[in-house]
Amino acid sequence: MNHAVDIEKLVFSYRPPKAVLKIDELAIEKGAKVFLHGPSGSGKTTLLGILSGVLKADAGSVKILGQDLARMSGPARDALRGTHIGYIFQMFNLIPYLSVLENIVLPCQVNRERGRRLNGLPLEKAATGMAERLGIGSIVLEKVTELSVGQQQRVATARALLGSPELIIADEPTSSLDEDHRQSFLDLLFTQCREIGSTLIFVSHDRRMMPLFDRAISLSEINGA
Amino acid sequence: MERSQVLLSLAYRSLKNRKLTSILTLVSLALSVSLWVGIEHIRVGARESFSNTISQTDLIVGARGGSLQLLLYTVFHMGSPTANVSYESYEKIKNQPAVLWTIPISLGDSHRGFRVVGTNEDFYRQYRYRQDRRIEFEEGRAPADVFDVALGSEVAQRLGYRLGQRIVVTHGITSSQGILDHDDKPFTVVGILNPTRTPVDRSLYVTLEGIEAMHIDWKQGAPPLKGQGVRAERIKKEEIQIEQITAFFLRTKARVETLALQRQINTFPEEPLMAVIPGVALSELWNGIAYGEQVLKVVALFVVIIGLVGMLMALYTSLNERRREIAILRAVGVGPLKVMFLLVLESGLLALVGSLLGIALVYGLVVVLQPLVEGQFGLHLPVKSLTATEHLYVAGVVLAGLVVGLIPAWKAYRNALSDGLSVRV
Repeated sequence: MNHAVDIEKLVFSYRPPKAVLKIDELAIEKGAKVFLHGPSGSGKTTLLGILSGVLKADAGSVKILGQDLARMSGPARDALRGTHIGYIFQMFNLIPYLSVLENIVLPCQVNRERGRRLNGLPLEKAATGMAERLGIGSIVLEKVTELSVGQQQRVATARALLGSPELIIADEPTSSLDEDHRQSFLDLLFTQCREIGSTLIFVSHDRRMMPLFDRAISLSEINGA
Repeated sequence: MERSQVLLSLAYRSLKNRKLTSILTLVSLALSVSLWVGIEHIRVGARESFSNTISQTDLIVGARGGSLQLLLYTVFHMGSPTANVSYESYEKIKNQPAVLWTIPISLGDSHRGFRVVGTNEDFYRQYRYRQDRRIEFEEGRAPADVFDVALGSEVAQRLGYRLGQRIVVTHGITSSQGILDHDDKPFTVVGILNPTRTPVDRSLYVTLEGIEAMHIDWKQGAPPLKGQGVRAERIKKEEIQIEQITAFFLRTKARVETLALQRQINTFPEEPLMAVIPGVALSELWNGIAYGEQVLKVVALFVVIIGLVGMLMALYTSLNERRREIAILRAVGVGPLKVMFLLVLESGLLALVGSLLGIALVYGLVVVLQPLVEGQFGLHLPVKSLTATEHLYVAGVVLAGLVVGLIPAWKAYRNALSDGLSVRV
């Protein structure tokens, strides 16, 4: 079992019978940094929905860490996402009425299983440690509405990484950052993913970043729909 | 932290984030609940005030007739007695060993629409209203002499009478100028009572002898011819023989004797008498006039429903701007059912806090307004801990809030499913 993601004969449609996604085979090795790209409308958002278990495949199998999402109930998929997947949005990642620290610890509070994966550290300590490693240790008590976009994305990353999920999905997390911030953000993300041994699926249409990754997947090439 | 606690704290923080709408919703809920509870409070207060118009009297005894009628003319000074009680029978009952005290009253005359009540010093000593309040004098003293009169506070205030003033009593009960004035025997105001906010305020009090004296020279219910009357200054209190009274209040030495005594009076051999228990008669009377209560209750219930609908609208309209928030929650592993639960929690919290605020508001108002309301309307609003009914109200409102909350919650559930992690902002 060396695959973090293992898709076989996936078919998905919002309004059957018109399929928007048809993937014969897609396997991503554990620990890999994968660059997923494709033009708008190629089904990136849909694929991320399926990988995170928010959407359910019509046919085929979608194995995340060996568990087939296509055969799991809604709550089981929610639990799997909460525990084993860290998700970073393009923007507006944070709950506005919670502090930075409260945003970071949220997945570990909502998912009991993930809260147990802090190497024995108390939750707050683990969270501040993670914040420090991401260079946002000084703002953990601030309101998230007062952060810059770059700071917000780092908070979102800290949240995605805390509790060491096996899979990190980042949906164009750098598109709202300028060149300098983008570079330092990527460095941090890579370092932390390597440290906790997570597989990273990074979605972007900015192919300049492609060489930094272990592997690139073009969705329009593998999507047969 | 337990996961349900996490959701509860999220619900609270989210409400706090939408401070203005949350506060407005709370205010509208609190006001509607306070109206509901307030009406209940006033209802109970009115009923208690009413049934405490007379206290500590175990039996009201009068001539046989309707029990309601007896209550009306003795306590509320409304309507007229059909017959009298002979003084002999009164004394016989008064001297029963079971009797602690009696207050005789004699009715039938009036002054400018206000009843004149003949009674004796036992009235000032024994009469109680609202549990243990007694008759007190604002100024002056109790009538002692034949032509002394004490005024109820409303009488004194409305007619502007002072101590020492001489007034004329009218024969019969009439609000207009009497046809037969006892103008040959004027009374002197010797006392003015403190307000009681009961019918006591709307009457004038003379001695039993005073009532007899007014009619001392009457023959067969007609006044004496001119020049044949007895002059007032020749009437001596000691010489007056009281023949009859209208009714009397009675207190037993031990309450358990009330029923036996009532039976004994109802079957009194010498004279057709009747005894009623005031508490029973008062609540009969109240039930007869209190159907308006139900209308008030229904109106108040509708107000609460309107408050809940307001909450529903506030939560429902907030959902659109919260789609992002819900997507984030979904991303960290909160299932759509839990999102729904979160919304239900929010409405439950609003309903609970709103109800508690509403009840606090009622108690605050009662404490502040109690003296005013009591002074103006004679309505005693009790300040007491939450009654079982009010507990039920709070529970009812919270439950209704949870049920109403299901509607936006269901909408949030649908949003959570259709949006997933992607919200087009």
